[in-house]
Amino acid sequence: MEATGPLSDEGLVQLLDVDGTRVADPDWEPYAAHLTPDALRLAWRLMTITRAFDAEATSLQRQGELGLWVSCLGQEAAQIGSGTAVREPDYVFPSYREHGVALTRDIDLPQMLTLFRGLEHGSWDPVAHSFHLYTLVIGAHSLHATGYAMAMDRDGLVASGSPDKDGAVICYFGDGATSQGDVNEALVFASVNNAPIVFFVQNNQFAISEPTTRQSRVPLAQRADGFGIPRVRVDGNDVIAVHAVTQWALRHARAGQGPVLIEAFTYRMASHTTSDDATRYRTRADEEKWRQRDPIERLKKHLDALGELPQEFRDAVTAETKALGKRTRETVKSWERPALLTMFDHVYAEPHQQVESERAWFDRYQQSFLDEGSHA
Amino acid sequence: MTDTHHRAPAVTERESAVKTMTMAGAINAGLRAAMERDPKVLLMGEDIGQLGGVFRVTDGLHKDFGGDRVMDTPLAESGIVGTAIGMAMRGYTSVIEIQFDGFIFPAFNQITTQLAKMHYRSGGRLTLPLVIRVPFAGGIGAVEHHSESIEALFAHTAGLRICSPATPQDAFDMIQQSIASPDPVMFLEPKARYWDKGDVDTDAVRTRLDAAAATADIGRARVARPGTDVTVIAYGPTVRTALQAADVASGEGTSVEVVDLRSVSPLDIPTVVRSAKRTGRVVVVHEAPTAHGVGAELAARIGEEAFFHLKAPVLRVGGFHTPYPAAKFEHDYLPSLDRVLDAVDRVMTH
Ligand SMILES: Cc1ncc(C[n+]2csc(CCOP(=O)(O)OP(=O)(O)O)c2C)c(N)n1
Repeated sequence: MEATGPLSDEGLVQLLDVDGTRVADPDWEPYAAHLTPDALRLAWRLMTITRAFDAEATSLQRQGELGLWVSCLGQEAAQIGSGTAVREPDYVFPSYREHGVALTRDIDLPQMLTLFRGLEHGSWDPVAHSFHLYTLVIGAHSLHATGYAMAMDRDGLVASGSPDKDGAVICYFGDGATSQGDVNEALVFASVNNAPIVFFVQNNQFAISEPTTRQSRVPLAQRADGFGIPRVRVDGNDVIAVHAVTQWALRHARAGQGPVLIEAFTYRMASHTTSDDATRYRTRADEEKWRQRDPIERLKKHLDALGELPQEFRDAVTAETKALGKRTRETVKSWERPALLTMFDHVYAEPHQQVESERAWFDRYQQSFLDEGSHA
Repeated sequence: MTDTHHRAPAVTERESAVKTMTMAGAINAGLRAAMERDPKVLLMGEDIGQLGGVFRVTDGLHKDFGGDRVMDTPLAESGIVGTAIGMAMRGYTSVIEIQFDGFIFPAFNQITTQLAKMHYRSGGRLTLPLVIRVPFAGGIGAVEHHSESIEALFAHTAGLRICSPATPQDAFDMIQQSIASPDPVMFLEPKARYWDKGDVDTDAVRTRLDAAAATADIGRARVARPGTDVTVIAYGPTVRTALQAADVASGEGTSVEVVDLRSVSPLDIPTVVRSAKRTGRVVVVHEAPTAHGVGAELAARIGEEAFFHLKAPVLRVGGFHTPYPAAKFEHDYLPSLDRVLDAVDRVMTH
């Protein structure tokens, strides 16, 4: 790790070290105190499921069943740690790699693969899950998240006097995204409107092939300073610390104290997507170094040391991941492409003459082949 | 202007200059030649350095020219185009790679309000010879925003030249000529054709790299296949489809002339009109939605200039007025061989 700069460990909050030993930090302890062994086992289980599902989807892509897969391997702690801090009526705006967060929002993981199989552009009901659709245009959703937060504030969901009913937005994006104009504008809007939003940057050190040093000279968290937004930099492979800082940030936002920026410093263990080849721009040694900091292994060591990860629990999670893998394979392979005419659906909320006439033309056109067939 | 591409049949003693290349390889070779010729030619884009771009079009250039000339930029398209404009004001010609068509829009403002208008606003005092390379159009089974045909959105803006090669030879020549042109050029690369191979004469373009010749050439259409009954006009990814349609139609006794437009702005109207007058029937094929598109402009111009020669209305085959659909639908959304043949039939039986 570098001594300073965007790839250094400058200012990282850590509550669980690489060996799984709890680190004492009186500032953050209060936000982790509620993490009972049960809660930690849940975190371990969710991270393990995320990883197993990710591996299954990767293999389905290799078999040609999916067009693309965007792996979140290595980022499970950043995602589960933060996702488990979200509660009603909070709202989540993911980018496109947040499968772990999706799991915490009760999205049925196999269902999210319709997008990656090329059947549709969105895969779940965003409102039902308080989890917006994935956004592939880097950073665009950060403004939507900010506007959503501004509206929550107007609707009396912030600092209402009953803290249990207050809500906030959490918006995820990557290190590369921090360079986009949209993201910087989102920080401006959130700041001047005191919007109840947590910007959660997963610095996985790469924007495809470009290291974070192509986006910034300083740790990304510091960007917040210029916008007047409080910030935290956290060890993104430490699920306890990630959870604690996100708890704090969401409470801060829900209480009407305005936006927060969290930078979770982690590492993208897989290639950018299944279309990418990371060996072209980084070394195996670097990957190996980060494998030693694996987030799931780290929590496991901690639970083991506490004697809180009994064999029956592990076996149950193994069985659960196996069943999920099987169901994922079966579900994906069972999907038929919807009728072709459905591609004209939902372009507008009300009928549009151009769409309707093209739909009718296409229908006749398709029909002409069927007619030809029946004459033959 | 001539009907066919400017290049005369290859001069025999230059046989050694003909190589088989993919379109991606031809663009790479063209970029390399332009960079060797002029040290003020720079490449800018996301992941174009060590990775060589997501399509590997800039493969090897970072290694040979270094990071100052093959710049991996921050992830910000508006920033890329905006800073390239500033560098152009000091004589640097940046060749920008936009990673995918659907990601050009953060730069829409810089391209349409600044890049396109600077020459006009400065009364001709400032030229901005940028080239914006965009892998465009569909057919590769990608997720959202990776398959779009953006040409009409930019063609509506005066000040931009827009061209698209359909063969490795044109890719090799036109990228160098786009760089040589003093005007901003949007160079649309049909990504589904990147791996198509063809013979490339690497010498012929050398005498056509002065500003006037280069700019004229990238504005010219070519007759890719002569014919007498129907003109099919295509560009970029649909040229191959049009040529296939011509093959099939000839088996059924219809002679199809294929015009490879090569340029969307300007449109080579003389070549188009000459062909339309000869055949009297025209079908325009592009992947972009037909509504408000390039085909609509061509139909209007052909109507204006060849009305009394037409035996049928000009038909358009293209995308629909829907967002580009999910991958499993794209082969039905795109102008397929069957849909082109259907349109050829319709103009023949009108
Ligand atoms: C506006 C825009 N430009 C370019 C791309 C192509 N692209 C997809 S992902 C990516 C890198 C994103 O890096 P980062 O923000 O760090 O997130 P990560 O993928 O590492 O999670 C790029 C350049 C895009 N999707 N949108």
